[in-house]
Amino acid sequence: MTGQPFPVEAGHIMLFARAIGDENPAYQGESALAPPTFTMASAHYDPDYHLRPKPDEEWFGSGRDAGVMAEGAGGLHAEQHFEYHRPVRAGETLYAHNSTGRSWEKQGRTGRLLFSERITEYRDADGEPVVSAVTVAVVPEGPATPKDAR
Amino acid sequence: MSLSPDDIKVGEIRESVLVDDLKRTRIVQYAGASGDFNPLHTDERFAVDAAGYPGVFAHGMLTMGMTGRVLTDWVGTEALLRYGVRFKAQVWPGDTLTATATVESIEDTPTGPVAHFTLRTVNQDGAEVVSGTAAARLEP
Repeated sequence: MTGQPFPVEAGHIMLFARAIGDENPAYQGESALAPPTFTMASAHYDPDYHLRPKPDEEWFGSGRDAGVMAEGAGGLHAEQHFEYHRPVRAGETLYAHNSTGRSWEKQGRTGRLLFSERITEYRDADGEPVVSAVTVAVVPEGPATPKDAR
Repeated sequence: MSLSPDDIKVGEIRESVLVDDLKRTRIVQYAGASGDFNPLHTDERFAVDAAGYPGVFAHGMLTMGMTGRVLTDWVGTEALLRYGVRFKAQVWPGDTLTATATVESIEDTPTGPVAHFTLRTVNQDGAEVVSGTAAARLEP
């Protein structure tokens, strides 16, 4: 199979279910089902994922100083959509294929807002689609200091 | 597990308190589980001094993940066909979130009946933080 491998592990599902506060017994045990938003955690397996600090690389969060707002870091998650072709279970490996979807812009309160879609298709070892995910991100044009965000 | 069309009616509503007084630790817990370590969610000093926010705030995906429970407790995880949300406002430490799912329609499809839901999660002030839709397969 091609695509970024995402081994769906029972322990990872347990940690994820705890984090979302869901004690559903279906999310426990060796053949646990994955909660509906679990595929987002494939970020752990993406070697280039930009929101994970890496050894010996500059990280934009705080150390001695407050850190820096990296370009594009002012972006926010605007929408998230999932389509389920079948349930995901512990013990299988999914393969993530990313592509770029639509992009558009809108006039916001303080300037233009740039929206873009990232599409991730998760397929199984046979190449069959399992979950289709669409992430919509929004980035304000101009200085990324949303002082009036609240 | 899936529901039969006799068990669910158009207009029926389920409500669920997702979290009471959300803790920063919980946001960090989600960062660890999801792999999204954006300092906007995990690093108070960055969020305030570098990014200009009042503090760290929850990942949208934490709210979406918690909101999913109102559906999966009702129809079961395996029955879900679609689940999508818009993030309407930020969720802050201290927030209490309540999700509501409403059955909007039940559709007969070639593969059996499908229930369509609208979803809404509000904070303690009644402000909507997430709105969304979902569809779930019912027993034929």
